[in-house]
Amino acid sequence: MSTRYLPYILILPVTIFLCVFFLYPFVLVAQQAFWSDTGFTLDNFRKVVGHWKFPISLKNTLLLAAAVVPIQLALALLMATMVNNMGRGRDLVLYVWTIPLGISDLAAGIIWLAIFDQSGFLNSMMSGLGLIDRPMNLLSYQSPGLVFLAIMLAEIWRATAIMLVILVAGIGLIPKEYYEAAEVFGASPWKRFTRITLPLLRPSLSTALVLRVILAFEVFAVVQALGGTLFPVLMGETYNYQFELLNGRSAAAVALIILAISIAATLVILRVLRVPKGATI
Amino acid sequence: MAEIQIKNVAKRFGEYQALSDINLTIADQEFMVLLGASGCGKTTLLRIIAGLETQSTGEVWIGDKRVDHLPPKDRGIAMVFQNYAVFPHLTVFENIGFGLRMQKLPNDEVTRRVQRTAELMHIEQLLKRYSGELSGGQRQRVAVARALAMEPDVILMDEPLSNLDALLRLEMRAELKGVLAESKTTAIYVTHDQVEAMSLADRISVMHQGRIVQAATPVEVYRNPAERFVAGFIGNPPMNFVTARPEGKGRWNVAGQSFDGPASDAGALEFAIRPEDLTPAEAGLRATAKVVEPLGAHLLVTCEVDGALFRAVLDSDLVVKPEDSLTLAPMPDRVRWFDPETTKAVAV
Ligand SMILES: Nc1ncnc2c1ncn2[C@@H]1O[C@H](COP(=O)(O)OP(=O)(O)OP(=O)(O)O)[C@@H](O)[C@H]1O
Ligand SMILES: [Mg+2]
Repeated sequence: MSTRYLPYILILPVTIFLCVFFLYPFVLVAQQAFWSDTGFTLDNFRKVVGHWKFPISLKNTLLLAAAVVPIQLALALLMATMVNNMGRGRDLVLYVWTIPLGISDLAAGIIWLAIFDQSGFLNSMMSGLGLIDRPMNLLSYQSPGLVFLAIMLAEIWRATAIMLVILVAGIGLIPKEYYEAAEVFGASPWKRFTRITLPLLRPSLSTALVLRVILAFEVFAVVQALGGTLFPVLMGETYNYQFELLNGRSAAAVALIILAISIAATLVILRVLRVPKGATI
Repeated sequence: MAEIQIKNVAKRFGEYQALSDINLTIADQEFMVLLGASGCGKTTLLRIIAGLETQSTGEVWIGDKRVDHLPPKDRGIAMVFQNYAVFPHLTVFENIGFGLRMQKLPNDEVTRRVQRTAELMHIEQLLKRYSGELSGGQRQRVAVARALAMEPDVILMDEPLSNLDALLRLEMRAELKGVLAESKTTAIYVTHDQVEAMSLADRISVMHQGRIVQAATPVEVYRNPAERFVAGFIGNPPMNFVTARPEGKGRWNVAGQSFDGPASDAGALEFAIRPEDLTPAEAGLRATAKVVEPLGAHLLVTCEVDGALFRAVLDSDLVVKPEDSLTLAPMPDRVRWFDPETTKAVAV
C-alpha cells in the first residue's frame, strides 16, 4: 500500500466518528429548524424570535457573558501571572485553583444555591452576626440584581480555571529573555505586562476567550439552579421548547441561533487577536 | 564619562561560588572583552553589571555613581543578548525604538534615532519586517541597533556573534568594531572565542572558574600570560609546556638541554614556548614527530618532547614524516616560565 494514502486512512476513524455523532445530528437539527410539513421555511425562526421571552433571553445571555467574561479574563491573567512567578508550591496552588473544573455546572449552581438560599450559609451567617432578624429570600423576583450577581459569582467561580490553565501554559512559553530585554530597555513591570506578556500571549488568549465565550452563550444549569424562571437565557429557552412545550422545531431554531452567535463571536475574537505572519515567538 | 569599576564582587548561587574576588576597572570608551571557557561566570558578571542579577558582595560603579542597588534602566546601559531577544511581536522599527518609547521620547525623535541607527547597521530596508522574517545575522544587527539607539554610556554584549556562521561572524566582527569605536561608548563584550576577543578588544579579561586571572591588552595576554591557565587557553594551538629541572643558579635543564632561566629556588619550573616560536636548527629540543598536518600556510607538527605532547608550527616547505627526529630551537626572547606550585608566571 502506498504511503500517499496512509494519512487519510489514519484520520478516517476520527472522521467517521465526527460525522456519525456530530455532523449527522447537526444536519438533523438544521433540518428540523428549516423544515415545516410543507417544506423549507423560516417560520420556526420567526416564531421563536417573535416570542416575548426571546429578547429578554438574548439580552440576559449577552449581558451575563459581557459581565462575566472580562472579569474572568482579568482574574485568569492575574492568577496565571502569580502562578508563573511562584517557586515552590506552584503546582499545588494550580491544582487547588482548578478544582472547580472538576465539578459539573449543575453541581456548581447547587453549591451556590446552598450559599444564597433562604436557609443557606449566607443567611445563617448574617443572622448569626446579628445583621438580620430573620432569614431573607435573596434570590427572589424582588431582587433581580442579587439574582444576577449570584449567577455571575457562580459562573466566575466555576469557569475561570479553564482560562487559567490555558493562560498558564501560554505564559510559560514566553522566553525569559524578552522580559529581561524589556527591563534593560526601561519597561516597568506594568509595561512589561502590557507590551510583552499580552501581545505574546495572543494565541493563548484567543483560545481561552473563544472557549469561554462559547461556554458563556451556552450557560444553562447554573442559571437554572440559581435563577429558575427569574432569569431566562437562550439555552433555557431551547430546553423549554424541547422538553416543556415538546416543540422540537422551535428548540432547533433557538439552538441554531446560539450557534450563529457563537460563530460570530469566535470570528471576531480570532480577528482581533490574530498574530501577523512572521510575528510569532 | 562612563568608567566602570567593579569592586570585590562575588556571587554565589546557593552553595556554588560562581564569581569570587572580581576587581576590574574599565576605562571610558574602552572595549573590554570577557573571555573564558563555558561556565566560568562571564554571563553572570555581565548580568550583575546590567542589574539583571544581584551580586552577593561587592560594588559596581558606572561613571561616578554607585549603581549596584539601581534597576537596569537607571544604570545608563544597553544590552545585546546572546539570543538577541528581538521582540517577535514588534516590527524591526518598533524593536529598535522600544527603549526610546519607554523613555517617552517624542515620535519624531524616535523616528530620527531609529533611522540613524538602522542606517548605521545597514538594516534600513528591513524596518517594517517582523523578527520571524529575518535571518540570524539581520536579527543580530537589530539587537545591536536597539542597543545603540539608546545612546547608552555602556553597551553590554553577551556572545552576540555566537549563533552566526563563520563568514558572517568575521564580517560582523569588523563592522561592530567600527560602529562601536564611532559611538564612543564603553563596551563590555563576552565571548569564549579567543580570535574574536583578540581582534575586538582594547583589553581582554581572561576568566577562569569565577575569577579574572589576567586583564591586559591582547598582545600582552598572548605574549606574557600571567598564569599557566592563560598560556594554555590563549592561542591555537596553545603554548607548549615542558618540565625544567634546576642545573645551577639561573640555569635549567629542559629535556636534556640547558637553558638560561629565572633565578628561582623552585625545585622545578615549567618551560613554555608557543608552537610558532620554534624553528628547526642544529641545536635545540630533541623531538620525535608523531602527526604531521599540512595547513597550507604552515605545517603543524605534533611531536613528543621528553615524553610530553609538543606542537610546532613550521614552514610549509619543510618535509617532515611521522617518526622523524627533529631538533627545534625556541626563540630565546619568547620563552616563558611558570611555577607549577602557584601556576603563576615567573619573571626571568
Ligand atoms: N541562576 C543560576 N542558578 C544556579 N547556578 C547558576 C545560575 N546562573 C549561572 N549559574 C552557574 O554559574 C556558573 C557560571 O555561569 P555563567 O552563565 O556565568 O557562565 P558563562 O561563562 O556565561 O558560560 P557560557 O560560555 O556557557 O555562557 C555556571 O556553572 C552555572 O551553572
Ligand atoms: Mg554565557
